[in-house]
Amino acid sequence: MSGFLAALFSALDPFCGPVGLFSLFDGDTLLACGAAGWGDEIAFGVKVTISLALATLPVGLAIGFLIALAAQSQDKLLRLAAGIYTTIFRGLPELLTLFIVYYGVQILIQSVLATFGVEERVEINAFFAGMVALAVVFSSYSSEVLLSAFRAIPRGQYEAGDALGLRRGHTMRLVVVPQLIRIALPGLTNLWLILLKDTSYVSVIGLADIVRQTGIAARVSKEAFFFYFVACLLYLVLAMLSSFGLGFVERWAKRSEARR
Amino acid sequence: MSVISELIPPQPAPPELKRRITPARVAAIGVLALWAFLAVLLLLTVVNGWDQAKFLRYGPRYLNGLGVTLSLVGLSIVLGAILSLPIAFARMAQNRLLNALAYGYVYVFRSTPLLAQLFLIYYGLGSFKPQLETVGLWWFFREAWYCGLLSFVLNTAAYQAEILRGAIESVSRGQHEGAAALGLSKRVAFRKIILPQALIVALRPYGNEIVLMIKGSAVVAIVTVYDLMGETRYAFSRTFDYQTYLWAAVFYLAMVEALRHIWAWIERRLTRHLKR
Repeated sequence: MSGFLAALFSALDPFCGPVGLFSLFDGDTLLACGAAGWGDEIAFGVKVTISLALATLPVGLAIGFLIALAAQSQDKLLRLAAGIYTTIFRGLPELLTLFIVYYGVQILIQSVLATFGVEERVEINAFFAGMVALAVVFSSYSSEVLLSAFRAIPRGQYEAGDALGLRRGHTMRLVVVPQLIRIALPGLTNLWLILLKDTSYVSVIGLADIVRQTGIAARVSKEAFFFYFVACLLYLVLAMLSSFGLGFVERWAKRSEARR
Repeated sequence: MSVISELIPPQPAPPELKRRITPARVAAIGVLALWAFLAVLLLLTVVNGWDQAKFLRYGPRYLNGLGVTLSLVGLSIVLGAILSLPIAFARMAQNRLLNALAYGYVYVFRSTPLLAQLFLIYYGLGSFKPQLETVGLWWFFREAWYCGLLSFVLNTAAYQAEILRGAIESVSRGQHEGAAALGLSKRVAFRKIILPQALIVALRPYGNEIVLMIKGSAVVAIVTVYDLMGETRYAFSRTFDYQTYLWAAVFYLAMVEALRHIWAWIERRLTRHLKR
């Protein structure tokens, strides 16, 4: 079964499969798959970029939702705590956040290990560090989007939930969140496109994403313009594909709205 | 038949139950404690790792880097604003071709990462050295600073064009018609009536764009420009001291927060007449 699945995936591989994009190029061109060209390496980079963005999205959204809840709570201290978070991570450059997370977590783990008497150089996974840094940045922006969506939902909705005898959690899940998604979706779409671009920063800490793979290809083959152009093109295609896909999601979310 | 002879005297409302400890309060205290812990940790790192020699050595370099960042951002914002004008007008033009060209420019520059654009200009165009030398442009593409500036200008022009277009289109039709009814020429109407209203709408997005540019400008450090981030990376590579990044964070946060407050003040001042 797993062999069949693997065969299916390799047959449907959009880059190096039999119907893949890079298979259009001949065996000895720069973008060919296999040992001669850089097609398979770049395809790997695209997969890393997409999986990093997809892994960051749920984490960032979950944290952002919690921050938005905190920012609209009645409690002054909770609002303050959320405000500090968004101020810090919206003010720092993404690149700096990435370095702070990457080296900071390493130093933290090392010092914790040192207290237990273990002296060892620890290197954390670049994918993990990138995911944490991007999730933190994404959450601080998405909290702002979700907060304004929360404010767009009238109080009457909560009161109606109370009047129906729903518990707080139920009101949130059944009444508020479905409307929240619809209102926040355009803003979140924007943030997703920004996230997709921000994944390029992880190439700096050595993760093999699109920019890094094309960079290696550029350095080895001395065709820098061509390969960085391919990188830009790939990001463009990813952006187009995701705005196409998110258009469907937006239409799905709006299905309950009255047609005019 | 009984008659009520005595009314119940009016009573004050029952006192509101004051729950001092709510889950929200607990969460707030927890998170604030975490922030305080991190702040103390930061302070301890700075105090314990304080090194006069390092400070004297890298302090001036940091200020230098701050100057590079500020000049790079300032120049690219101004030049980008100039370049964004024709793009924005082409985007609003009736001409199909102009419109498509401007839309393509904006779309391409907004949906590819700044890092890839910078690499394309610095390393990509840099590989055409003989051709550039014959044209006499090699001095420009040889310097990482100029390449950074060029990529920032191209990038921010795309964003600023969209801001400008959105703002101009947000001014209602009635304003155009009113100006026409008063017999004002298109040019005068645009300059005296449309633009002032549009710029007020555009003020906040412009502020956001400058903040994004300050943050985005950190990428030039990767192509060997010694801006604030570049100096930080230099200092870190020499000392392996984590503090270097924390100092950079302080500088960036100070810049962004200062800009945000200045911008809020400007906005309050310029929209006085709109307040009721």
